[in-house]
Amino acid sequence: MIRIAKYVLYDIVRNRFILLYTLLLLTVTLSMYSLDSDPGKSTLSLLNIILLVVPLVSIIFTTIHFFNSYEFIELLLSQPVNRKTIFFAEFLSIAFALSCAFLIGVALPMVILNFNSSTPYLIMAGLLLTFVFVALAFGASVSTRDKAKGIGVALLFWFYFTLIYDGFVLYVIYSFSDYPLEKVTLLLVSLNPIDLARIIILLKLDLSALMGYTGAFYKHFFGSSMGIAYSFSFLILWTLVPLMLAMRRFVHKDI
Amino acid sequence: MKCTILLLSIILPFYASAKTWMVDQKGNMRSIKSALGLARNGDTIRVMPGTYREGNLIVQKSVAIIGTNFPVLDGENKYEIFTIAAHDVSVIGLRLINTGVASINDISAINAIESNQLRVLNNRFENTFFGIHLANCSGSLIENNTLLSDLEAKRQIGNGIHAWKCDSITIRNNTVNGHRDGIYFEFVTNSLVENNVSHHNMRYGLHFMFSHNDEYRSNIFQDNGAGVAVMYTKGVRMTGNRFEDNWGASSYGLLLKDIRDSFIEKNQFSKNTVGVYMEGSSRCSFSQNIFKENGWAVKIQANCDDNVFLKNSFLSNTFDMATNGSLVLNTLDYNYWDNYQGYDLDRDGVGDVPFHPVSFYSMVVEKMPSSVILWRSFLVYLLDRTEKVVPSITPENLKDNHPVMRNY
Amino acid sequence: MRSSMITISDLSKRFGRLEVLKSIQLDFSAGKSYAMIGPNGSGKTTLIKCILGMVMADKGEITVDGKSIANDWTYRNRIGYMPQIGRYPDQMKIGQIFDMIRDLRQDQAQIDEDLIKEFKLDRMKDKRMRTLSGGTRQKVSASLAFLFDPPILILDEPTAGLDPIAVEALKEKILSEKSKDKTFLITSHIMSDLDELSSQLVYLEEGKMLFNDTIDSLKEETGESKLGRAVATIMKRNLKEMEA
Repeated sequence: MIRIAKYVLYDIVRNRFILLYTLLLLTVTLSMYSLDSDPGKSTLSLLNIILLVVPLVSIIFTTIHFFNSYEFIELLLSQPVNRKTIFFAEFLSIAFALSCAFLIGVALPMVILNFNSSTPYLIMAGLLLTFVFVALAFGASVSTRDKAKGIGVALLFWFYFTLIYDGFVLYVIYSFSDYPLEKVTLLLVSLNPIDLARIIILLKLDLSALMGYTGAFYKHFFGSSMGIAYSFSFLILWTLVPLMLAMRRFVHKDI
Repeated sequence: MKCTILLLSIILPFYASAKTWMVDQKGNMRSIKSALGLARNGDTIRVMPGTYREGNLIVQKSVAIIGTNFPVLDGENKYEIFTIAAHDVSVIGLRLINTGVASINDISAINAIESNQLRVLNNRFENTFFGIHLANCSGSLIENNTLLSDLEAKRQIGNGIHAWKCDSITIRNNTVNGHRDGIYFEFVTNSLVENNVSHHNMRYGLHFMFSHNDEYRSNIFQDNGAGVAVMYTKGVRMTGNRFEDNWGASSYGLLLKDIRDSFIEKNQFSKNTVGVYMEGSSRCSFSQNIFKENGWAVKIQANCDDNVFLKNSFLSNTFDMATNGSLVLNTLDYNYWDNYQGYDLDRDGVGDVPFHPVSFYSMVVEKMPSSVILWRSFLVYLLDRTEKVVPSITPENLKDNHPVMRNY
Repeated sequence: MRSSMITISDLSKRFGRLEVLKSIQLDFSAGKSYAMIGPNGSGKTTLIKCILGMVMADKGEITVDGKSIANDWTYRNRIGYMPQIGRYPDQMKIGQIFDMIRDLRQDQAQIDEDLIKEFKLDRMKDKRMRTLSGGTRQKVSASLAFLFDPPILILDEPTAGLDPIAVEALKEKILSEKSKDKTFLITSHIMSDLDELSSQLVYLEEGKMLFNDTIDSLKEETGESKLGRAVATIMKRNLKEMEA
């Protein structure tokens, strides 16, 4: 697997897109820290990068890469190589490359310029979101043979998790506002990796955001080490489940 | 304070009529009670170190009771320690512990009734039901005391410094911790509360009603159950206080209910669920305050009118302002809002477009508290943006016409 | 009778509504060379891809060397495959392709670089796959198929797109390997090539296997001396049967 991953990684690095992505993240992070005198506020602006850009780039890049390496996969499949090995090599090398970009572009400047107790959570959340969306991209890629369709599905995933799903949650809260909804919303946000990451970071960053009885309830839940463990394990599940489904599909797919 | 004691001990002997009584468990006079019995107006009773369990001490003469190295007066969880019903009484340098607890009487470590010119200085209060209880007093000076009660003990808890129907009293440099209300005023007028620290009290750090024309200066109210609540009062002047860390469902940095003609200046409100909550208040002036990292910096109910917010700074609050109606009769001007995104083309330091501090989502959260879980999601960002362009539910009139570009 | 190298039993495959393979029964004996022919879209490539595990059959079983290929991949150690259209990662160089495949199959000691030398690919190591002509790609594919000296060789249209010299070189290679008792499965539309290279004939049409016998018996049956004519006769006969 490592041997195959090596070639996939080599291919990704040659592509230069990852380098561009790293530079983009680095530029944005640095400019945010230099523009705003309050590092807390810059971190908050970085939250948007982590919640919007990281998932988008991860899912689109992975999908495009997958379709572009069809020849490579075809070549490997005629060789005595296990399909699962190819699949995981692809996943690991893409996730690794994107994580490196995130670590260099966002995490490193953050650690150097403004390290505080929330930084590890921000980095963890960013990394896990990268993994989740790479896994989702594999789901989108194996669902169809058509590249354009695959990218469409990937975009739809992203759009769904950043916007549509939250709209649905807001609608539920609005429709049932007469009932105690704390536990329901808790469950609902667990079903969206971006929401989970956002709440983990907010709790560590912007405590004032969670106020009133409801806020106290969320803070009590997510603020406890149980809650942190809960949200991180949900994010890991969000990586593993789509990945396993995609792998099963890939193993039985006609190339 | 040691200097004062030294000074007193030098000056007092010169008063021919004044006499000093020494109470010492190893000496001739072993109880405070017997000294009080013998003393006359103007005398001094010096209490040597030791633990005195004398039940309730009733002071009906104008005496100064001065402890040396904090002698302990123990109420044995049964008694009120001092009941003072005379003018010109001083209680200095004592350690008062373990008063009784009752549900009808306000059993206190020091209970002063109709006592003018009372002075309570440099004492330590521990596990008292009420700490200092003043009724119908005037000209009192409460200074440099430490009042500490154990909230965890789960017994009944009274107020730290409790004043009822008093006038011209001064409360300065005290620390109150673990009581029901740190400082409680009812019908107290023309008084000064200065440099006190009231923290970790069960209910309010400061609580007053019907207490007109008082001044609160440079106090710290921190992490109290429900913050600070003041009601039914006019002529309040609050300057340089800090209201901090009051988190909870109904917790406020400062709750103003029916407050009129008051000044709130140069205070700092930080890390509160709600920085300032106003209800039925009019003609209050807020200027040069700093609102920082609060859930809501200011919640102003629609029944407030003629209040003015001038030159305040709003920094890193989740929501700068919220209100519950569309009618707005209050004025905002020349404040600094870190959420302001306008421009200043003429470079006069004042933004060229007004700032609307009430955001769409703050109204949503006001109506549906659960929706706070979506805060800072992309959806909420879009909704807020849309509302800014096409206002539909946020009050159009609540705006700062001259938002300044730089923080004061 | 020699032992069978590849056994295909009751193999069926659909792509959506299209039934590409219909209950194929086939046996490839070790050491023989099979020519597989049939009109375009008759299922030849799909059958090959099934054998290679690139396409999953809906029904039926394939065994290689007596072992089922389902959930197995090690059997591909024993197969050299030359695809109809060799598709390679664009930015990789010829040398890198060979290095990578050799790197992936380190455990296989037997290396046969004859074709690489024959096609002079070792002199173009630094050319990127993107820049190669179709013929050169075919040369790469052919060289890769023979690289590990496998006992089974599956060649899908091996001579298409190659220049005459390369065709001759490849044919020579096939014949020399054939003499080493290797099993060949070759598809082509060039009957003269197959006539030279194969002894057995499998004829597929619309996913069905219509003929499986030696080329000699086919010629005998049809009375033609050339494979091309013999096949054409069979095809016509089939057409008549279907019309009747």
